[in-house]
Amino acid sequence: MAFALFKKSENQYINFRKVKVNNNIVLSIEEAGKTTEAIKSTEKVVKIITTILTYAFILALALIVVFPFYWMIITSLKQRAEIEQINQTFFPNVVMWSNYAYVFQVFDFSTYMGNTIVVAIFSTLGTLITTIFAAFAFSRLRFKGRDTVFFVFLMTMMIPGEMMVISNYLTVSAFGWIKDQTRTDAYLAMVIPFMVSVFHIYLLRQNFKQIPDALYLAAKVDGKSDWDFLWKVMVPLAAPTLISITILKFMGTWNSYVWPNLVTKKEAFRLISNGLRGAAFNDPDSGIIEYGYQMAASVCVTVPLFLLFVFFRKYIMKGVGRAGIKG
Amino acid sequence: MWNKILTFLHIKKKKQVEVASNGLLVAEPEVRPEYVEGYYEESDTIIRLVSNKKKKNQKAYQITGIDDVAATNNWKGWLYLAPVIVLIAVFLLYPLVNTIFISFAKDYEYATGHFSGVTLDNFGQIFGITTAGKGGKEVFFTQYAIPNTLIITFVTVPVSIVLALIISVALNSIKWFQKTLQTMFFLPYVTNAMAVGLVFSVLFQEKGIINYIFGINKAWIFAADRWDAMLPLCLFIIWNSIPFKILIFLSGLQGIDKQYYQAAQIDSCPKWKVLTKITVPLLSPQILYIMITSFIGSFKEYTSVVALFNGPGTYGAASASDPNMETIVYYVYANVEAGFTSRAAAAGVFLFVIVLVFTFIQMKVSKSRVHY
Repeated sequence: MAFALFKKSENQYINFRKVKVNNNIVLSIEEAGKTTEAIKSTEKVVKIITTILTYAFILALALIVVFPFYWMIITSLKQRAEIEQINQTFFPNVVMWSNYAYVFQVFDFSTYMGNTIVVAIFSTLGTLITTIFAAFAFSRLRFKGRDTVFFVFLMTMMIPGEMMVISNYLTVSAFGWIKDQTRTDAYLAMVIPFMVSVFHIYLLRQNFKQIPDALYLAAKVDGKSDWDFLWKVMVPLAAPTLISITILKFMGTWNSYVWPNLVTKKEAFRLISNGLRGAAFNDPDSGIIEYGYQMAASVCVTVPLFLLFVFFRKYIMKGVGRAGIKG
Repeated sequence: MWNKILTFLHIKKKKQVEVASNGLLVAEPEVRPEYVEGYYEESDTIIRLVSNKKKKNQKAYQITGIDDVAATNNWKGWLYLAPVIVLIAVFLLYPLVNTIFISFAKDYEYATGHFSGVTLDNFGQIFGITTAGKGGKEVFFTQYAIPNTLIITFVTVPVSIVLALIISVALNSIKWFQKTLQTMFFLPYVTNAMAVGLVFSVLFQEKGIINYIFGINKAWIFAADRWDAMLPLCLFIIWNSIPFKILIFLSGLQGIDKQYYQAAQIDSCPKWKVLTKITVPLLSPQILYIMITSFIGSFKEYTSVVALFNGPGTYGAASASDPNMETIVYYVYANVEAGFTSRAAAAGVFLFVIVLVFTFIQMKVSKSRVHY
């Protein structure tokens, strides 16, 4: 930065040995030939432009990300002729609510939904119970081989789930849940293998470990058993993590496709994803795929998840975000 | 300045502790001092020689709190662990051992569990080296599954990471509507992959909106060329995987100390330099984590193929004879369903080895804690 003092009238350096400082002299700081005021204003302009550009960029990308959802909704309300016409429309000319009515007739939404909810509830409950017990044992109790077992558990996280499918299918059929499948068999086959999650145990253990020893000792002094302490103190304190686990597990069941597809032998036992992918939304007369119906069904499958997200946004994003901290 | 340094080096080199007659160097040799102090006359400095020897038997003492005797109960811990141990043993550890066993077993019979010896033939079969079954070599694994998986991995992982990084940096820099926009970018995470896969196949159909916008008439999904079909598939995977990455990056960015940026601002550092020299290095733990997990994840890609193509190839369910969009995991499942358990197991073990290698890389790299 170059400092220079200017007299107001003439552009000349002032020799302070000769000139007395009086009211006529104004201090002005310059950098590269620009006064600070000019620099400040250009900086402001640059800042505004970058802000606008950033917003434009972000908004454009956000619109691209959200566009499939928009297209799904408007396509679900279009007639077939409009979907297939050369000039694509961004809003349906005729809003066809009847697409939804048709889909509810053809697509057995309530059965799939019922199956999914039953499987989700039981596998979530099972996971929660096993996770709470295991996390309690790992974080609070002390016994020989605890750390070894925990290490082995952590190691199992490395095994790709895809590899287990092969043997688990054999195991489940050895349990008799595949042959002559009843509804209970199908549910058992879909719930039991997913009642444990090492990652959730790890997550909850970290949470339990943060609960101070003092609380445990105080409970001991008051004559509480481990069991009481677990349910009356630790579980309520870890409630946010448990809620996150519950929601993520529910979402997992809602999206699970491979395993249910493999172990369910009747259409009536399948889950929502299988139903959606397996259902044929063809025109009853011509056999051509009706994209309007397909999209209406997709909307029906997506909306419950969205509702869940709207109500539990905080827990979902926290729960998912935690996964990153573990690294 | 140089004088000081030279003198210092000199003393260090000699490593002799001498008490000079004029009292310039002061030390007590028998105590084995940790440092030697000296006075350097010319420049009026005190020189201190710090020994680089490590003390032996140095122990850090930590107060661990009261030893709660009640929590040292042996059998109770195992009781609490029992359900998990049973489930993990039956559905995680046994399958692992069993799958590895099946992949090496000769003539393994799926229904009865009979086998006649140990062989590498299963691996030979999937790689098309030995003939499979009643003649003909298995080509799907080497021709489709591995190349497709590699393409998906090396396209989607870098693209989605860079995109997610840019979006999160931009999101982190804005003031208004940050939460709203963040939620918008998170939406793809809370969707059903099958439902959105259907939407993508509608977007990319021949009379669909993508062809309309770009004014072309190309088959992307049904009856499409294998390489053309890769585009919607990769886009779909990227779209699906970006929310998680943005979430992780954003939480990492919010954890970066603002002082670094203020310092850069005072030095009037250009924006791109701030990004490459401050943001990315400080975010490297998150980037590394995301890189490893998404590499592993994209090696396991399966659902997106089913969602988009409704089958292993561009002819949907009817493309079993030409599964040109098959991935490794798809190959595993297809063989499980078709009853070729040995082949599925061999492919599964192959996948396991890949994942294992990546996990070990992650452990190795993340152990060296210094990322910048």
